[in-house]
Amino acid sequence: MALLQISEPGASAEPHRHRLAIGIDLGTTNSLVATIRNGLAVCLPDEEGRALLPSIVRYRADGGIEVGRRAVAQQAVDPRNTIVSVKRFMGRGIRDVTHIEAMPYIFEDTPGMLRLRTVQGSKSPVEVSAEILRVLRARAEVSLGGELIGAVITVPAYFDDAQRQATRDAARLAGLEVLRLLNEPTAAAVAYGLDNAAEGVYAVYDLGGGTFDLSILRLTHGVFEVLATNGDAALGGDDFDHRLFCWILDRARIAPLSIEDASHLQMKARATKELLTTCDEVPIKLKLDSGEEIDVLITRAEFAEMTRPLVHKTLGLTRRALRDAGLAVSEIKGVVMVGGATRMPHVQRAVAEFFGQEPLINLDPDKVVALGAAMQANALAGNHGANDDWLLLDVIPLSLGLETMGGLVEKIIPRNSTLPVARAQDFTTFRDGQGAMAFHVVQGERELVADCRSLARFELRGIPPMAAGAARIRVTFQVDADGLLSVSAREASSGVEASVKVQPSYGLSDDEIADMLKAGIERAGDDMAARALNEQRVEAERLIEATLRALASDGALLDAKERAAIDSAIDALRALCAGADTRALGVGIAALARATDEFAARRMDRAIRGALAGHKIEEI
Amino acid sequence: MDLTVDFFTLFRLPRTFRIDLAELDARYLEIQSQVHPDRHVRAGEGERRLSMQWAARANEAYLTLKKPLERARYLLSLAGRDPEIERNTIMEPEFLMEQMEWREAVQEARQGGDHHELERLHHRLRLDLKKHHAELASLLDDRQDYAAAAGLARRLMFLEKLLAEIDKTLAELEDGMDN
Repeated sequence: MALLQISEPGASAEPHRHRLAIGIDLGTTNSLVATIRNGLAVCLPDEEGRALLPSIVRYRADGGIEVGRRAVAQQAVDPRNTIVSVKRFMGRGIRDVTHIEAMPYIFEDTPGMLRLRTVQGSKSPVEVSAEILRVLRARAEVSLGGELIGAVITVPAYFDDAQRQATRDAARLAGLEVLRLLNEPTAAAVAYGLDNAAEGVYAVYDLGGGTFDLSILRLTHGVFEVLATNGDAALGGDDFDHRLFCWILDRARIAPLSIEDASHLQMKARATKELLTTCDEVPIKLKLDSGEEIDVLITRAEFAEMTRPLVHKTLGLTRRALRDAGLAVSEIKGVVMVGGATRMPHVQRAVAEFFGQEPLINLDPDKVVALGAAMQANALAGNHGANDDWLLLDVIPLSLGLETMGGLVEKIIPRNSTLPVARAQDFTTFRDGQGAMAFHVVQGERELVADCRSLARFELRGIPPMAAGAARIRVTFQVDADGLLSVSAREASSGVEASVKVQPSYGLSDDEIADMLKAGIERAGDDMAARALNEQRVEAERLIEATLRALASDGALLDAKERAAIDSAIDALRALCAGADTRALGVGIAALARATDEFAARRMDRAIRGALAGHKIEEI
Repeated sequence: MDLTVDFFTLFRLPRTFRIDLAELDARYLEIQSQVHPDRHVRAGEGERRLSMQWAARANEAYLTLKKPLERARYLLSLAGRDPEIERNTIMEPEFLMEQMEWREAVQEARQGGDHHELERLHHRLRLDLKKHHAELASLLDDRQDYAAAAGLARRLMFLEKLLAEIDKTLAELEDGMDN
């Protein structure tokens, strides 16, 4: 552990160090990692030069784990233990997953999120995803030759709270500090917009392996403002494959398949779909383990016809997003295509017809999301370059509300609200002396609770005895910039307070994460205590550095006594960094944070005043 | 400046119904570019929390001032008048009749699956609202007649609800077409 660099008063610490940050596109079919190198966003390839990592994880009987291409090779041999498209299971229960009957896995119907039974035991989709993230993290560390300060991980814009929470958990499990969860179409818009210095209103049509998103953004002077988003978290290229799979079965008049043969045929269907991008017709020949042979011919027109309803569905969702944004098709300046599935010619044609213009395909639809994520990661890491003074304003895709009488939903935060957002609503007791109140938090657009997704239930206890209707219980919903929700309730009228914070029931608890981390670390032969110490040191350094930067620019806001208090808290924390007491470090971090609270408030006030005076804070 | 500052002061705009929307947009973006959590990712916990609170506040303020009816209601609440409280005022029979006619028209178009008629109703209602917004401006800014403004705002709440229903019906018809 190197000693902290001592900087002159008034100078920020290590001004020229480039902080290593990455963007990760954790896709249904493929995943990528990208970073900024010499000012340019680049995808990092594996040792064989390939950027795309197939999102496939195989658990071997001997305890080994294969990720990516090596797992692909085993897909048809060992389908039960080779998990493909795990993204479809993130934050989902068994009943949420379509075509589950066609999948070769043994599912466990566990509360909240389903699990998969493998030869290495029961695995949560979060653990499977973490294996993919681990490979990408290692690739980045080798390639960049240093420790990462964090990652921006992309999620479909239409992911709900449970799916986002699951993604964040997977990153934690893979030892990645999540700088931000970023919506995939927004990431693509950033990559496209910064590349082309675009201004105006754009639509991003993002059809990935398992998800569809349509986002409408306004680009003005470096601000990317999402106006509306819509989509379907269970509609993607996989569904096109599935239609083709069913069509082949039907054409070839084949009896029910073994899971190995089904895996084979699924891969064949995918390959055929890809061939149809460039060929007008493709012969499908496959010899099955059962001895039967498939030999059929498909034309591009037939494929387009059988998948027309899927394309039609995406356009319906597009129309809705436009209406939510209050825009006509004619007001859209350009349409950016994202996701491998947008390579299908009939998809491109349908989108072109809908918008009355040719979509933009000059950026690689497989890479554009990762590149945008890398740009955001770089900006969040504080590596500001000349063109990095931009800002993202994203929205929440689905409404959030509470269950009320009769199983109805009372919406608290409507969909497409700009993040972050906080809303409070007052409720009261309906019985004399009512001591507790139950809350049920749901997400979705429908009016009935039963049709929405249940996120959390909690109870507020200890309400002092009062007449019915006299208590004032304020429930506050807060959604942060990652789109993650926290809810609290507080009884205020009597001066007595009780408050609760809830985590969505689909997320893993901190204890579960800790257990999984421990297991993973033991497997890697790592030392848990050393890792915890290191994490606290990094956090302490981060806080010291941020404080020094703040002091350098705004030290004048403090009087000598206040300044001395902060300086001594910094010195104390520095001393602790040199030691090896994890717990004391935590206390020191909290002490410095407390010492700077008032300073932070003054800085924020000054920043706002500065903004309104038409000047940046540095200029005042 | 603290988090409880009123929205007009926050954006340094005059406390009137007629505001320059371009100016509102610009002020909003200026503030967000200072307070947004993305600008404070590497700061201490206190600053990050504060940044989120300010950014959420700026979003709420922007949304309130951007929509004419919301802006009017906010102005009324600053003046100590809440249109919600005016719910006891008796609605003029003409207005109620008009409401019933509107609802019948929407109902009819819904049953007939008449997409074009719904679009037409949507546009007519939009124009109507625009006219009323001009009226609100005159009541609030020129005459300071808050009682009349509150009454009008209350009627407009009905019209906006109706507009939302038309839009919802349109969406349902489109869904029907998609499936």
